Amino acid sequence: MNTIDIKINDRSLKVLPGITILQACRENEIDILTMCHLKGLTDVGACRLCLVEIVGINKLLSACTTRVASNMVIRTDTEKIKRYQRITTELFFAERNHVCSVCVANGNCELQELGYKVGMDHIRYPFLFPECKVDTSHQYFVMDHNRCIMCTRCVRACSEVEGAFNWDVKNRGFQVRVISDFDTPWGESITCTSCGKCLQACPTGALWSKDVVQGQLEKHPEMITELVEKRKLLLT
Amino acid sequence: MNNELPATDPRVKLLAAKIKKENFKPDALIEILHSAQNSYGYLPMNVLGYIAKALHLPPSRIYSTVTFYHFFSLKSKGEHTCLVCTGTACYVKGAQAILNELEKKTGLKAGQVSADNKLGVQVARCIGACGLAPVVVLDDEVQAKVTADEIINKIIDKIGTK
Amino acid sequence: MNRQEFKDLVIAEREKTKNSTCKHKICICCGAGCISSGSEAVMKKLQEEIIERGLQSEVEIIPTGCMGPCNQGPLMKYLPKNSIYQKVDCSNISQIVQSQVIEKKPIEHLLLFADSRERPFSNADEDPFFSKQLKIVLKNCGQLNPERIEDYLVHEGYRALDKALFEMSPEDVIAEIKQSRMRGRGGAGYPTGLKWETVYKYVNDQKYVICNGDEGDPGAFMDRSVLEGNPHRVLEGMAIGGYAVGASKGYAYIRGEYPLAIKRFEAAIRQAKKMGLLGPNILGSNFSFDVEVRIGAGAFVCGEETALIASIEGKRGTPRPRPPFPAESGLWGKPTLINNVETFAGIAPIINNGGEWYSEIGTPKSAGTKVFALAGKINYSGLIEVPMGTSLREIVFDIGGGIQGGGEFKAAQTGGPSGGCIPAEHLDVKMDYEALVNLGSIMGSGGLIVMDQSSDMVDVARFFMEFCMDESCGKCVPCRVGTKMMHDLLQKICDNNASRIDLERLEELAVYVKEASLCGLGGSAPNPLLSTLRHFRNEYETRIGKYEEKHIDVPQTSEV
Repeated sequence: MNTIDIKINDRSLKVLPGITILQACRENEIDILTMCHLKGLTDVGACRLCLVEIVGINKLLSACTTRVASNMVIRTDTEKIKRYQRITTELFFAERNHVCSVCVANGNCELQELGYKVGMDHIRYPFLFPECKVDTSHQYFVMDHNRCIMCTRCVRACSEVEGAFNWDVKNRGFQVRVISDFDTPWGESITCTSCGKCLQACPTGALWSKDVVQGQLEKHPEMITELVEKRKLLLT
Repeated sequence: MNNELPATDPRVKLLAAKIKKENFKPDALIEILHSAQNSYGYLPMNVLGYIAKALHLPPSRIYSTVTFYHFFSLKSKGEHTCLVCTGTACYVKGAQAILNELEKKTGLKAGQVSADNKLGVQVARCIGACGLAPVVVLDDEVQAKVTADEIINKIIDKIGTK
Repeated sequence: MNRQEFKDLVIAEREKTKNSTCKHKICICCGAGCISSGSEAVMKKLQEEIIERGLQSEVEIIPTGCMGPCNQGPLMKYLPKNSIYQKVDCSNISQIVQSQVIEKKPIEHLLLFADSRERPFSNADEDPFFSKQLKIVLKNCGQLNPERIEDYLVHEGYRALDKALFEMSPEDVIAEIKQSRMRGRGGAGYPTGLKWETVYKYVNDQKYVICNGDEGDPGAFMDRSVLEGNPHRVLEGMAIGGYAVGASKGYAYIRGEYPLAIKRFEAAIRQAKKMGLLGPNILGSNFSFDVEVRIGAGAFVCGEETALIASIEGKRGTPRPRPPFPAESGLWGKPTLINNVETFAGIAPIINNGGEWYSEIGTPKSAGTKVFALAGKINYSGLIEVPMGTSLREIVFDIGGGIQGGGEFKAAQTGGPSGGCIPAEHLDVKMDYEALVNLGSIMGSGGLIVMDQSSDMVDVARFFMEFCMDESCGKCVPCRVGTKMMHDLLQKICDNNASRIDLERLEELAVYVKEASLCGLGGSAPNPLLSTLRHFRNEYETRIGKYEEKHIDVPQTSEV
């Protein structure tokens, strides 16, 4: 198949036209931070961690939603991008109530990893301390909104992969919360199939299984990716 | 989520007609919500359930859309609600006088709730019962061809004198 | 109706008007502004007065759209003399009819601006408020009855649509718009002809046209007035757009807060359909185009094109990353042309008079005219339309009558919550897209708020940041959390409770939110803040100073 030439961080690459810049990076082992991206789910460009600079375009664009074009010259590693990634990470931590020491995902959390990757050793912004609920009504699972970063991977996994549409988002701005059905307890959901995909999709300790305790959560988001891949078998 | 809407309520007929007019298309959700709120004064949960079923949309989608837009209100205003229809027919038949009398006796204007939350007064732009004008809906019961005094008395019956 | 039948109808309507026995026409402004000042009661009283005097066959009463000087309403215009009476109420109707209609003498002290001009003008066009304006978009707004398509036929005739369909190809239409150098009036100023050409080039069996009537800027009412005052002009523009790009369906997205605009636009669609100006095979041509109104529900972010599209699709109005742009993949994934109300309202004049005519008005980079909504501490607030390149000084002082209350001009805010302030030292700026960007503001949709020395610029910044924080859709982190953080910091500064470090944090956040946000709401939310920091930094410094006086041991710089 025809490939096109692009440059990422001074490396000349040959890539298939129509892929995203993120895909081009992953295929060529170029480091790029992501959070709201989960391979197999539609990309939404919401976390703004994967912002890249493209020569000739005066705006930073998200790599996960921007497709490559012939002769594109891209940088993922500028000082500005790194600075912004650090601010985004700090804002994530300041927005909700993230207390690693008591969390099931301690040591196995994408948000924690992000903190380490950007070298975050303190947070410069005042914590918002919003009032967030913990929903334990479901027989098997728990949703703790204190740990939610609104990446919406759970929403997309539920709608795109399972097709149950149990999860969605209510309100706007910093009042947004993930909700089940009519903002009713998860245990009373008439759409949830208890498949557990949302747990696997969630990058933090917001969604977890009741049989797990602090620091023992194991997540397999790649399972979601696999499910989507296997769907393609049905087309052949 | 099993409170069915009473088929005899003229507001349900209006809602059903609107949904049909929009061909049950999910993308007409916002238009349909406007219409429902115009009739009910706000968006009660059973109305949202009805819409979800009719449009084959998941409840979470309906809820997420309703809470996004400032216009839409989920809250019933007051334990007992007195909804005065101010559609053209009702208006011509004296809806404003009813509202004025209500304000005199309860101190509440349209859109306000009493301090103890016992009574809320609302207006709706048309609930579709024009032949019964003027119409007041008292706690989901449609009161037809009412006078201001009748309504005040009914409210006193329900809540006690204020 | 086919083309010939339609032409005959237009001629017949014009003959009817020419041969009317009504030598006198009295226009009553029925835009939402004047209506809330009581113009409907005035019209009723006028109708009664005319009947009482037996003048029905001599005097025609026309309810019109916005005439312009809104805070002098209710307004009444007497034609053919073009005398405008201000603050008309039921008590002076009889007197006005007697004097103006019967005795043919204007009543000077009741005329427009009689209370502030040495001598009011009996022909309002000679008053500086009007003489400095150039009405293209607003032409006929305030002259015709927006609820009668016949009025539109008499004044404008849908001539542009006819010309486009039968005398021009889609390529010709696009070329004309490109030649006009018109730029989108929604705020971004993207070249309209280029946008039309881009949509045109995408091959698809279905394309859409969307008219963006979600005028959400607080203080902006240009689009509302055009939709209420001359809806057919917008409809005609949409149809021409559809013809040019190859779309068969159009949507007019109008804010839910504009019930009168919705009502009038829906009526206009019905009337146009009845006459065969919308629907299948318009005027017997091969072009079919249908328009539907979609109502907004209270979300400023829905003015952003991808959020608006999501709203029409029945979803939450959250924006999508661009690229891809709506021209390539818009409504339901199809190529979509989306333009602002004012943009569409300017199309018919360009087709009628030619792109060259339009391009000769304005400045080298910004052609044509711009409608502004003047508000704030200005004597004559309301709707105006001036050529691009008119100076801010002319707008505020010559047209707007200067500062209300006799104070001193401090700043003019343009572009609403996405824009910035222009201070007194730049009063002579020639208003066009680039000039305003260079000063740290934007043209925006046209809201122009005038401030005097009593305005606290830090509080202005805080007010707009609060607005953006409330209206943020919540999808992306920079806007969702950033606007909240910036607002809280601004509140701290307003309360004299912020240190220098807080100010540094604020400035750093502002640049971050501007560059990292997903859409234009977050991308421009920091503008009022950045603009006031640039032009009124001393007001921030004063407040920091007040805090530092009380907290002497606070470190002066931040360490990261």
